[in-house]
Amino acid sequence: MEALLKVNDISMVFGGLRAVSNFSMEIKAGELIGLIGPNGAGKTTAFNMITGVYTPTEGEIMFNGTRTSGKKSYQVTQLGMARTFQNIRLFSELSVIDNVKIAYNMHVKYTLGEAIARVGRYFSEEDEITKKALELLKIFKLEDKAYETAKNLPYGEQRRLEIARALATEPKLLLLDEPAAGMNPQETKELMEMIRWIRDKFRLSILLIEHDMGLVMGVCERIYVLEYGFCIASGTPDEIKNNKRVIEAYLGEEVS
Amino acid sequence: MNALRKKDLLTLVACAVLFAVMQGLMMAEIIGPFWELNIVLICINIILSVSLNLINGYTGQFSIGHAGFLAVGAYTGAIVTVKLGFSYELALIAGTVAAGFLGFLIGLPTLRLNGDYLAIATLGLGEIIRICILNIDYVGGASGLMGIPRLTNFPWVFWIMIFIIFFIKNFKNSAPGRCCLAIRENEIAADTMGIDTTKYKVMAFTLGAAFAGTAGVLFSHYFYIAHPASFTFMRSFDILTMVVLGGLGSMTGAITGAVLLTFISAYLAEYPEWRMIIYSITLIVLMLRRPQGLFGNKELSLKMFHLGGGKDGSTAESK
Repeated sequence: MEALLKVNDISMVFGGLRAVSNFSMEIKAGELIGLIGPNGAGKTTAFNMITGVYTPTEGEIMFNGTRTSGKKSYQVTQLGMARTFQNIRLFSELSVIDNVKIAYNMHVKYTLGEAIARVGRYFSEEDEITKKALELLKIFKLEDKAYETAKNLPYGEQRRLEIARALATEPKLLLLDEPAAGMNPQETKELMEMIRWIRDKFRLSILLIEHDMGLVMGVCERIYVLEYGFCIASGTPDEIKNNKRVIEAYLGEEVS
Repeated sequence: MNALRKKDLLTLVACAVLFAVMQGLMMAEIIGPFWELNIVLICINIILSVSLNLINGYTGQFSIGHAGFLAVGAYTGAIVTVKLGFSYELALIAGTVAAGFLGFLIGLPTLRLNGDYLAIATLGLGEIIRICILNIDYVGGASGLMGIPRLTNFPWVFWIMIFIIFFIKNFKNSAPGRCCLAIRENEIAADTMGIDTTKYKVMAFTLGAAFAGTAGVLFSHYFYIAHPASFTFMRSFDILTMVVLGGLGSMTGAITGAVLLTFISAYLAEYPEWRMIIYSITLIVLMLRRPQGLFGNKELSLKMFHLGGGKDGSTAESK
């Protein structure tokens, strides 16, 4: 089967710093992949290249049969890739439901003229968007707070809202940047189940950056490990757990 | 969503009643020429503040060159009626289109900047427009373009104002409008939602500039003259003050700001030496007491008067 995302040998150079070197990965439809590594290993840089925030200095990225390296971030999203951020980036002054509605903008068919004159498809499509947004919020148990200002939500709910908002763009691939950051073990466990459930319910692939080893090992089917910008290992969680270089990267070398 | 349509109709009826009352009072000469002039000025200022609010308040792009677009509208309109001898309607369209087109041209490069840089760039552009006009003899140079017929009257200015208010309100409550709000809130996140940020920024800027142009045509055809001195950066700041006073991002705020400040100016017309002092004290008090403006980014609506109401940022539908 053709891979959904194919990353070919990408590198990112910032001045004299090689943040990511010759990184390759492949994600098939429906897979749940983890990307781990110590702090400063280049995980977020790799993420930013895949989502179009940075253009890789070398190499190319193919998504769903289209070359996405060099495309702008919003174009990549329009092709079906959505992401969340390590530090939550919600539209904080807007209501919860508006946050989700904004994500549906790509699927709106009415024209500016119809919206201004309030004729034609405007009302039916707005109704449709509101309905879809509420459904999505319900799935994430946020429907009671639909009309609250996003910044007033507790931290965990803001995380959930960010994921809901990303899903509203109807992606084929969802990228989560440290979704468990700042969560307690109980919340992390719930998140783990939620991630797996999202994958099945929305039938998409997920790429996950995470520090929490428990989460990554528990939920991912394959894992890539970055260190100093190099991919030092890839494989199933069991393979990674026993990989000598990974252990060295995380715990340091043994003194002999 | 038929409730929305009903609400729009009700608001329109309310506007018509307001119009009838004002027009009646003017015909009966209870409102004298001085206040009639100020009411027209209020309407023009409302158009300006509401259109600036679209750029500054909704899209979050801090522009302070609005007087420049006002000038373009005023002069283009005057050229169409005085120099070319076409009708007033055509002048209105020409002024709007010219200012909008210029806004588009200027918006493309400058909207790459953000924050203070954009503010300085737009401030400079507003001045460039004024200086250019100052040096074009065809439009009268420093002595201004005179002999413009008074074709603007209260009905014209009032209904155009209502049209623009509705236009911007409906824009805000549509998908493109939400994209603009998203850009204001978080540009990076907006980008990852598939929003072409440049496109929507330029769109808001163009629309805002176009409406400022409309205001310009109304302005020059009421005061008989288009003069470069009426379009200095002080004028831009006047408009900005109205928007900030009412609350950035609130349409009712922008309207209230325009009404309030125009009234204060009118009342203080007899004491010009006090005008700026009271003006500035008002602003200082406001900044100390309510830095987010009178309404913040909320809309004034009847719901606000109910207990626990006024929370609905998303469906806030009001004049």
